[in-house]
Amino acid sequence: MIRRDIRRGTVFTRRALLVGGAQTLLLGGLAARLRQVQVEEGSRYATLAEDNRVTARFTAPQRGRVLDRFGAQVAGSLINWRALLVTEQTVDVGRSLDNFSAIVPLTDAERARIDRDLRHGKSFIPILIKEYLSRDAMTKIEVNAPDLPGILVDAGTSRTYNYPYELAHILGYVAPPNESDMDGDPLTALPGVKVGRAGIEKFHDLALRGHPGVVHLEVNAVGRVIRELDRTDGLNGDDIGLAFDVGLQLAVQKRLGDDAASAVVLDCRNGEIMAMVSNPSFDPTLFATGVSQAQWKEWTKDRRTPLINKATSGLYAPGSTFKMAVALAGLDAKAISFHDRLNCPGHLDLGTSRFHCWNKAGHGSLDLHQALKYSCDVYFYQVALRTGIDRISAMAHRLGMGTELDIDIPGQRVGQVPTRDWRLSKGHPWELGDTVVSGIGQGYIVVSPLQLATYAARIATGRAVQPHFTRRIAGAMQPGSQPEDWPDLAVPEPMLQAVRSGMFAVVNEAGGTAPRARLAGPAHLAGKTGSSQVRRVSRKQRESGTFDSKNLPWEFRPHALFVAYAPYEQPRYALSVVVEHGNAGGTAAAPLARDIMAEVLRRDPASRQDDEPAQVADAKS
Amino acid sequence: MIEQRLWLKSPHDLTGKIFRINWLFVLLLCALATVGYVALYSAADGSPEPYATRHIVRFAFGLLLMICIALVDIRVIARFSWIAYAVGVALLILVLKVGHVGKGAQRWLELGGQQIQPSELMKLGLILALAAWFHRANWERIGNPLFLLPPLIAVLVPVALILKEPNLGTAMITMMLGGMLFFAAGVRWWKFVLVLVPVPFAAHYVYQHLHDYQRARIDTFMNPESDPLGAGYNIIQSKIALGSGGMWGKGFLQGTQGHLDFLPEKQTDFIFTMIGEEFGLVGAIAVITLLILITWGALLIGLRCKHQYGRLVAFGIACNFFFYCFVNIAMVMGVIPVGGVPLPLISHGGSAMITMMVAFGILMSVQVHRDVEFANSDND
Repeated sequence: MIRRDIRRGTVFTRRALLVGGAQTLLLGGLAARLRQVQVEEGSRYATLAEDNRVTARFTAPQRGRVLDRFGAQVAGSLINWRALLVTEQTVDVGRSLDNFSAIVPLTDAERARIDRDLRHGKSFIPILIKEYLSRDAMTKIEVNAPDLPGILVDAGTSRTYNYPYELAHILGYVAPPNESDMDGDPLTALPGVKVGRAGIEKFHDLALRGHPGVVHLEVNAVGRVIRELDRTDGLNGDDIGLAFDVGLQLAVQKRLGDDAASAVVLDCRNGEIMAMVSNPSFDPTLFATGVSQAQWKEWTKDRRTPLINKATSGLYAPGSTFKMAVALAGLDAKAISFHDRLNCPGHLDLGTSRFHCWNKAGHGSLDLHQALKYSCDVYFYQVALRTGIDRISAMAHRLGMGTELDIDIPGQRVGQVPTRDWRLSKGHPWELGDTVVSGIGQGYIVVSPLQLATYAARIATGRAVQPHFTRRIAGAMQPGSQPEDWPDLAVPEPMLQAVRSGMFAVVNEAGGTAPRARLAGPAHLAGKTGSSQVRRVSRKQRESGTFDSKNLPWEFRPHALFVAYAPYEQPRYALSVVVEHGNAGGTAAAPLARDIMAEVLRRDPASRQDDEPAQVADAKS
Repeated sequence: MIEQRLWLKSPHDLTGKIFRINWLFVLLLCALATVGYVALYSAADGSPEPYATRHIVRFAFGLLLMICIALVDIRVIARFSWIAYAVGVALLILVLKVGHVGKGAQRWLELGGQQIQPSELMKLGLILALAAWFHRANWERIGNPLFLLPPLIAVLVPVALILKEPNLGTAMITMMLGGMLFFAAGVRWWKFVLVLVPVPFAAHYVYQHLHDYQRARIDTFMNPESDPLGAGYNIIQSKIALGSGGMWGKGFLQGTQGHLDFLPEKQTDFIFTMIGEEFGLVGAIAVITLLILITWGALLIGLRCKHQYGRLVAFGIACNFFFYCFVNIAMVMGVIPVGGVPLPLISHGGSAMITMMVAFGILMSVQVHRDVEFANSDND
């Protein structure tokens, strides 16, 4: 009995020692492993630990507003109330969502998207349930908060345009940044941030963006915020004050109607753009929500090209509106004088070619004033021949045509007023015939409506103004709003005056080509018509006697152009109007120019007291 | 009848008993609890609240409880072995019926404002019951498979109940604890081999029936880097914290990972990581050494005991303590899957502390009553 118990005791002792030894070895093994982790791989983990701790998270600033001359907002930020779901804060996600949809209905598609997000998301990263909530819906959500565990309401921002369709070409639009926008600005990496894609939004993108705030957070490796360490508030984007009058803009837009037409109105003393319309336009807010295939097709198939800002990117042969440039070039080169009279027999023969005047009967003998008034082609053929293309193009460039302008929206097309060298560079010699047609703004010459308006403004004031929108940034006046900010055009005043009086005659004297542009009131408008051929008219057609461009298919009809400024005696506003395929400038464009100029003078935005910086600040708060 | 009365009579008076308590062992426990105080002070960002004070108060209470139990005759305790076991099983059944659900498992019982985890009481009950059973067994009966059947069932019933909670880790620890007692009681080697052969098949079967979160734990354990933001997160963070501690540690209260809350459950399951980060390899190995000393202390108490019941109880308690320590440390180092096992006397948590101190009380009773006359029934 005793022996048995001793046997049992020795077995226990043996086995207990065995187990104890094994346990010691196992814990020793852990210690060895610990040595490996802590000492041999220690530095690697130390680096990881440092990475672990603090992360900088940027808070998106509010994008600056865009205001018109009088402080009226044309682009702003709308608070976008969103309902978010944090799944870890609710026991029953389905119940929370059911209760939510009882208050704010969710479509099946929204529900499906939420389910998809739920499957892929982490439990502490909020999932968007619904955005653009109404005030009413928000109130209901707040009131029912106890029934909606895990659901919270959050304020984001979205861009809003007060006149999306009317100002699309000026303001452009915003869109989520793509890779080429990732310019190192940390802002572009923020969720929900959008960058300017066109127009003012793009040109002033950096100012409008503002600076992101930085919040240093302690987070764990899953990005879950543990606590906030410090916070630097961001700076909201600057408000951009534009020179234009939104009321005028809308009026011009309305007057141009649905035709493919554009108009630019400048303050001719400083180049501020009072209105810039390119019809038809488009609604850029559709880009934010996604443009349907059908809508995109409609825009791109429309021959009136709604997506293109014709005012800056449409190029047209200036036609007869170019004649002032030819005249000034001729006068400046002393190829003609004010009173030189040239004969117009209805055509000009050059070698075997015959160049017609629009008036087949001819204008007889006329001086510069009369030549402009009647828009005699043959007179300007001869001036062009006397002056030479290089001097004409130099003068045209000086007047703002065929040259890059300092316009503050992207996308302008420069067009061209050719030189001999340009033609040679294309492998052809310049021919005299090319000079002849250049005298009436045809041939290789193409310019934009913006250039035409600039051209009119420079003739009117003799200053090399540049067209621009920007008047204030964050309330501060920008240079360029005073006439003295702009250099002299360096064209002698008498020459300019000669051309101006010709433009006066076009509208206001008997026999002028644009009596329809005459203003009803006391003020006088000086202007010039133009027709820009889009297809060469053959001699056969011309001699058949029945040719009338009105009978051509729409896309072959010439464009109708008109440039003008007013008042004649004290020039204040310059404009250009281009009606695509509108036939003759005198009939299609001149009445538009008259009505627009009447509206401009009635409103007279440049003379009205605009907002003081203080008021901008007030409006901001 | 006479013998019955005889073995109840203690050979020692109260003073003698107090002198027979292994005070060196108590000192080791105090050292461990002090490590716990320091670590919990740090876990609360350098504050005794809310963990450290409560921890040390609980330990003081546990120490008192332990000494009281140590003075109770081991033969009296032995009488309650199966009752303790039955209470443990009853609580496990109760927890399945009314238990508090935490992290996808029913493990906790609310008892007078205190949450208790019946599986911890169960392990102690199982040790006592198996010790009582094998105490009766002489060398011949140990070889009889029929004699081994009841204790086998006694192991499998709580294991099955714990699995149903479900708590795979504790179930496996309970199973191994039972196996260790079988082994110490003298069950033949080949019988263990016989039982262990079907284990891989059983493991496969169990894996198939695991909960997703349990399977994720095992899968993540196999390759923690595969899902650094998901289930592998705890292990990776723990390793980062340990590794960044280096040889000498970042210093008391200087650990970044723990204080920046990268460390999950730093006051409970991952307290060892906290120690490793702040006190480095040196501190961690010091703690491991302390744990080895305590394990050996318990084993030595068993080795010096003259009766089988005391030997087995001491051995079982030593093994139980070892399992806690090994599983916890191996877990935070990513050596075995995360199991929700606290580090004894260091981790914050009331029920584990009290259970552990009760176990040490019984252990100390074995120490005090190591040479009492405690005959097994076969010797009658």
